[in-house]
Amino acid sequence: MANKHESMHIDPYEKTWIIVSILMLIIFFGAVTVAGLSFGVRVPDPVQRVDPNDLAASGTFAEPGLKEVAPKRYEAYIVAQTWSFNPREIQVPAGSIVKFYVTSKDVQHGFKLQNTNVNMQIVPGQVSSLAVKFDKPGEYDFICTEYCGVGHAAMYGKVIVVP
Amino acid sequence: MTANVYQLTAKEKRFIGWHFIVAVAALSIGSLFGPFQAMEHAGWDFYEKFLNPIFHSYYEGLTLHGVLNALIWTTFFITGFMTFLIIYGLKRPLRYPKLNALGFWMMVVGLVIASIPILLNEASVLYTFYPPMKAHWAFYVGVTLVVVGSWIEGYGFYLTYYKWRKENPKTRTPIIAFMALITMVMWQIATLGAAAELLVDLIPWSLGLRQGLDPQLDRTYFWWTGHPLVYFWLLPAYISWYTFLPRQAGGKLFSDSLARFSFWLFLLLSVPVGFHHQYVDPGVPEGWKMVHSLLTYSVFFPSMITAFTVVASLENAGRARGGKGLLGWIAKLPWNDPSVLAQLLAGILYFFGGIGGLINASYNINLVVHNTSWVPGHFHLTVSTAVTLTFMGILYWMVPYLTGKELWCKKCAVIQVWLWFIGMTIFSNAMHVVGLLGAPRRTPLGQAPYIPEEWAGHLLRVGIGGIILLISVYMFITIMVGSLVTKKKLSEELEPPVADSLLDPQTTPRWLDHWAPWLIGATILLIIAYGPQLIYQIGTAQFTSPGFRVW
Ligand code: HEM
Ligand SMILES: [Cu+2]
Ligand SMILES: [Cu+2]
Repeated sequence: MANKHESMHIDPYEKTWIIVSILMLIIFFGAVTVAGLSFGVRVPDPVQRVDPNDLAASGTFAEPGLKEVAPKRYEAYIVAQTWSFNPREIQVPAGSIVKFYVTSKDVQHGFKLQNTNVNMQIVPGQVSSLAVKFDKPGEYDFICTEYCGVGHAAMYGKVIVVP
Repeated sequence: MTANVYQLTAKEKRFIGWHFIVAVAALSIGSLFGPFQAMEHAGWDFYEKFLNPIFHSYYEGLTLHGVLNALIWTTFFITGFMTFLIIYGLKRPLRYPKLNALGFWMMVVGLVIASIPILLNEASVLYTFYPPMKAHWAFYVGVTLVVVGSWIEGYGFYLTYYKWRKENPKTRTPIIAFMALITMVMWQIATLGAAAELLVDLIPWSLGLRQGLDPQLDRTYFWWTGHPLVYFWLLPAYISWYTFLPRQAGGKLFSDSLARFSFWLFLLLSVPVGFHHQYVDPGVPEGWKMVHSLLTYSVFFPSMITAFTVVASLENAGRARGGKGLLGWIAKLPWNDPSVLAQLLAGILYFFGGIGGLINASYNINLVVHNTSWVPGHFHLTVSTAVTLTFMGILYWMVPYLTGKELWCKKCAVIQVWLWFIGMTIFSNAMHVVGLLGAPRRTPLGQAPYIPEEWAGHLLRVGIGGIILLISVYMFITIMVGSLVTKKKLSEELEPPVADSLLDPQTTPRWLDHWAPWLIGATILLIIAYGPQLIYQIGTAQFTSPGFRVW
């Protein structure tokens, strides 16, 4: 029983496995970083604080809707509330870049624009923002993806991209 | 052989058993709704026609499903299992059994208090209870009592360990007790976030003592707890895979020191990663999301160690049973033992869950899947299969051990496990696919106006998987009840299947048995990962959201 030798025993196979695991980790993280920095796949970043009880005071959400800031460049201000988006529908020409600004009047909501990389949590008091370029004409639903009450399943809107 | 096996007293066995009874009872109600949700997705709505007078809506059901399965079934099972791991591991009784009993009863009282408003449709806020949706105060108080009760049981474990350490200053902590303690410490660090949310914000607010809340800040508090919650579920399953499964399969634990090392890493890395649930939150800066993404990926490392050690231990078992060749040992494993089978199949589906997890962890690819049905598709492989099926497997040996009676209908248990595996494979695959196509989660899709035709086939598979799982889950409940009431006594007392290690654990380095450096490390990581954002979010908080009742 005496003379017990303490050591971190690592089997040779296991050692290889550990090294491979670390390499994989580095590759994964590299891929994520490249996607973020080089391909411009962005996630929401803080924009503005608003008072959900008085969105008119925020300026930008006083009149929700689409604003043209330059040719084929738009800003869309959308208010989520139980259980609809205001506005429900916006129309832009193909090739437009639209920057969405979405906030909530009441509970949390979601904003997922189908078939694009726009997917945001909508939190009262905050403004969620992402931009997207619409190349192909067609209809793009934006749907609420966070439980917001019994009418949640019916909450959606549309971006119509005309040729 | 059984002479030097440590015996638990009848009283201890009963105490542990009560944890399991509450856990299984919760599962029996919570899991009723899963299949109904799945069938709703397939277009078969039973809520209006069938469930309505008792259960008021899809969302009351979904709240019950999340709370009873993910919070209650798990927490009661885990604290019961840990009680066993501590007593049997340290080979001594609990230092203050009354303290542990207090913790247990507090959890039971909390469960009752939380259940009443849910069942009255006064708390259909789902198990994440995001404000400013406002439930009845009793819901928040009940949940708090469950958490605090689990802490008290934890204090009982710590005091028992402290006493044992005094009595055995030189011995390495027996691995099952060691792992249980780390899991409990991780849980107590993890639940600080939810405790802050509940005690400072939600309870006073629901009682009318506070006017408004800042929902973004509460999301941050919640996810401090929400991710490590996942590891609170998983680590007990890992304990079984590391230290019971090898013995059940006829082998030994491949590496004691790496098993311990991986648990320390889980303690370090489970908590400071919560922003990966907030990648698309407006109030968390992009840079911090990236930091948490990096830390989340680091958890991949101890997971890989776990995978290696568990598979190597199983190989050791398969070869000990005469398995030859590169893969011949797999066939030799005791696939007809329901407990082993459950854990093996759980592990196989967990492999796919792990791959999905890597995808979710990427802060930009997450954009595609956030809040789609991909996410429940993913965690029904992890918590609802890797964890739940493993816990079922543990109960398949533990219940006979505790009662001294035979497992009722062992063949049914084998079928039950296979049905779970098949049902979950169909269900989860379909949920992943339809999520990639854009289906939102937390949505009765049968009612949604925007569902394209092409989802129909996948939604049908969701429903079919759900029906198979419905059968499986009630077979499990029946086997449990049958085993409790059966009169067939075991011919000899069971010995808990704790695996020996290939190397004497006493040769495991001492630094793997010291708490201070790891606790300090965990604290430093937390301060780095959360400190600046917590200061910022609390400092700039605007408490403007009143409560809403939207169900
Ligand atoms: C019996 C088989 C089961 C089936 C068929 C099933 C089915 C489902 C479905 C369809 C959903 C999505 C509902 C929606 O997003 O609208 C869901 C959500 C969920 N399930 Fe299950 N489930 C089962 C078992 C379990 C188990 C055993 C657990 C945990 C131990 C679990 C935990 C959860 C959780 C946490 C959610 C998310 C609830 C939420 O979004 O608030 N499920 N389940
Ligand atoms: Cu919604
Ligand atoms: Cu997580």
